Amino acid sequence: MLVKDRVIGLILEHLEVDKEKVVPEANFIEDLGISSMDLWELVLIMEDEFNLEVPDEDLEKMRTIQNTIDYVEQRVGKEIPE
Amino acid sequence: MDPKPLTGQRALITGAGQGIGREIAFKLSSLGASIAVNDLVETAGKETVNLIEAKGGSAVFSGFSVTDFAQVQEEVKKLEKELGGLEILVNNAGITRDQILPRMKFEDWMEVIAVNLTGSFNCARAASRVMVKKHYGRIISLSSVVAYLGQVGQTNYAASKAGLIGLTRSLALELAPYRVTVNALAPGLIETAMTEKIPEGRRREIVKAIPLGRPGRPEEVAELAGFLCLPGSGYITGQVIHINGGLFLG
Repeated sequence: MLVKDRVIGLILEHLEVDKEKVVPEANFIEDLGISSMDLWELVLIMEDEFNLEVPDEDLEKMRTIQNTIDYVEQRVGKEIPE
Repeated sequence: MDPKPLTGQRALITGAGQGIGREIAFKLSSLGASIAVNDLVETAGKETVNLIEAKGGSAVFSGFSVTDFAQVQEEVKKLEKELGGLEILVNNAGITRDQILPRMKFEDWMEVIAVNLTGSFNCARAASRVMVKKHYGRIISLSSVVAYLGQVGQTNYAASKAGLIGLTRSLALELAPYRVTVNALAPGLIETAMTEKIPEGRRREIVKAIPLGRPGRPEEVAELAGFLCLPGSGYITGQVIHINGGLFLG
């Protein structure tokens, strides 16, 4: 499975956001209107899902959906086993 | 009523080797929870574990120091894996280093803040990461009536216990969207090893000021902690609950 698709899947599953707003360039806080706590929750869920640990300083790198996909891909590659 | 409403839940209780912490461990175990007993004194902590097991409960010992940020994060993660989750945290570990402020050593100030306040931050930080993901949790911190009334010789202790109230209220707001409740208990004079150190004369004076006319028992505090952990207590959050025989009425 593509990491990109899984990240978007997790956002749709765990954050209460309009599906049509979930586009790569969307900024979590400005465009999706989610709180910093919700964003942090998403990171915790991604840590479990992709079996990685995100240092707190790396949270800054995840401002948009694309940033987040890039970050996870950089850490675990573009694909994960189904 | 289900006699074991906490069956399947896991509770970490710091400073559970004696006193109020041990009684809370017994209470939560009697309600069905599996207990992680934390205490710096290994023999005391393991005794609590043995006593729980002797009553048919399930418990493990975890001897980390609540003051060590990195160790707490690591150990809580380990406990979560070992127990299969973590639904309840009781920040009970606490110390006193009494002295009037003009004579108080810097170390005595720092040590009390480190254990009572920073220790609770360390544990709440680690536990909240588990609870937010699961959208369920109960965090209870042991404050004190001294946070409200003050006490000669306890500026460090009173400050730490008042600090816990601010921590409790703010964390309650942060975690409310995730169905994690965060509350504090503010016990008055309770019969424990810690309050045994109060000089007899002073102790008599305090007891005289308690409308119910006696010190409280650790089991009575544990009863309240148990109540807050029940599934039906999920609408109580950000509160400080006084348990002091009427010594302070809020």
